[in-house]
Amino acid sequence: MSMPFYVAPEQVMKDRADYARKGIARGRSLVALVYEGGILLCAENPSATLRKISEIYDRIAFAGVGKYNEFDQMRIAGVRAADLKGYTYSREDVDARSLANNYAQILGQVFTHEMKPMEVEILVAEVTSDASDDQLFHILYDGTVMDEDRFSVLGGEADAISTRLGATYESGLSIGNALGVAVRSLSGDDRTIDASDLEVAVLERTAERRAFRRIDRSDLPALLDQSS
Amino acid sequence: MPIPLFNPSEDPGPDFASLVRRLGLDPQIPGVDVSSRIPITHATTVVALRYADGVVMAGDRRATAGNIIAHRAIEKVFPADRHSGVAIAGAAGPAMEMVKLFQLQLEHYEKVEGSPLSLEGKANQLAQMVRSNLPAAMQGLMVVPIFAGYDTRRRIGRLFQYDATGGRYEESHFTTSGSGGSLAGSVLKQGYRDELSKTAAIDLTISALFHAADDDSATGGPDPIRGIYPVVATITADGFQRVADEEIADHFSQLITTLTGREFGSVRVAETSSETSSDQGVSGR
Repeated sequence: MSMPFYVAPEQVMKDRADYARKGIARGRSLVALVYEGGILLCAENPSATLRKISEIYDRIAFAGVGKYNEFDQMRIAGVRAADLKGYTYSREDVDARSLANNYAQILGQVFTHEMKPMEVEILVAEVTSDASDDQLFHILYDGTVMDEDRFSVLGGEADAISTRLGATYESGLSIGNALGVAVRSLSGDDRTIDASDLEVAVLERTAERRAFRRIDRSDLPALLDQSS
Repeated sequence: MPIPLFNPSEDPGPDFASLVRRLGLDPQIPGVDVSSRIPITHATTVVALRYADGVVMAGDRRATAGNIIAHRAIEKVFPADRHSGVAIAGAAGPAMEMVKLFQLQLEHYEKVEGSPLSLEGKANQLAQMVRSNLPAAMQGLMVVPIFAGYDTRRRIGRLFQYDATGGRYEESHFTTSGSGGSLAGSVLKQGYRDELSKTAAIDLTISALFHAADDDSATGGPDPIRGIYPVVATITADGFQRVADEEIADHFSQLITTLTGREFGSVRVAETSSETSSDQGVSGR
């Protein structure tokens, strides 16, 4: 019987984390921020059909960066979990926190037990009637969950974008200003992102039931013009 | 509740009903005829007709269990999604469950696939659900819905009626379902014209429900004492919109004024049978 080479657990985890981080860094980043009318989600995405941002439930949105097939699998699983929970109990019982915990369990399990970790970062956002109660759960490839308020940044350049967003973000932004802040944080000072490379959606605070609304690319320039 | 994950080969796709079945959450079909053993609450008369801008759907508010009025204010007309509605008649419990599952099915498909089903696809989906209820219908739990919607691709209102076996029939003018359905249907048949206005269409559905309630004990009429009026909804390019109760009350009071005038104008023939028998009783002594 052959003995496998001994590899220190620290080294195994580090290799896996590096692998996942590299995969995530290959794609473009995404930001979500709380504004006056709800939560704005904005991603740099040249495709108009392969979405990074989508609806999960009445007041819950999903966003993912990294490997498309992997986060899309997570998105569909989330829609299923939410719809099943609402069907079994009540629509009011579906919440972002339990969904985020479920995602964390799966990502954590895959990270430690499977051949390769998932190369994804996930955001679960829930809008409420009061901006200070809005929830942003940011889940990393290894199952780490971060409960963020005000804004959240996903993707390879998260640190740089977070710094820029932190410097320009203020509470009670209008939708135009929120979009402007989001796009300038994503691009940085040395380049601009064309509206045709943006995917934008909002969770509307005042919506009666389904709060998720995509903002058409053709409507983006007008919104960006409103931003100061 | 854990997140359901599937291998790609076993994935249920955007089908919520199949997901529910896969997880064993669907209701058991009874092995015996339940309607002969326990009283089953029945929802009764619903109607739908096409008019100039789309479709109008309506249903009375009564539910009966045998000769008892089980509920005075149940609702039988529901939005299925933004541009379609479903109205139910038959065993109330399974019917409500079917509506709930159908609404979720449409929303689930839209979220998983990223785009909504076509109106035709929705109508077929409901046909499958009615078909899968057939074993329960054989045990006395029959559900016969009406599906109506605004077809955003063809820009017209469309109506679908069903039978217990899942048969799906598109109607071009009007359709009814439930115990008072045929009574309401004859009123609609008399009054139906192409391209009715919204007001005329609502008047016609209300008149149909009134006359159904007049002759069918399982159909509820307007109840001004409790402020309970039939549910009426329009489905147009702007989506599903329920008509306000006050507006329905106005339509009813107009109808009642018209009918009262007609009743007062006619002379009622005296009922003689009971007097005759008592006369005979006296004289026979």
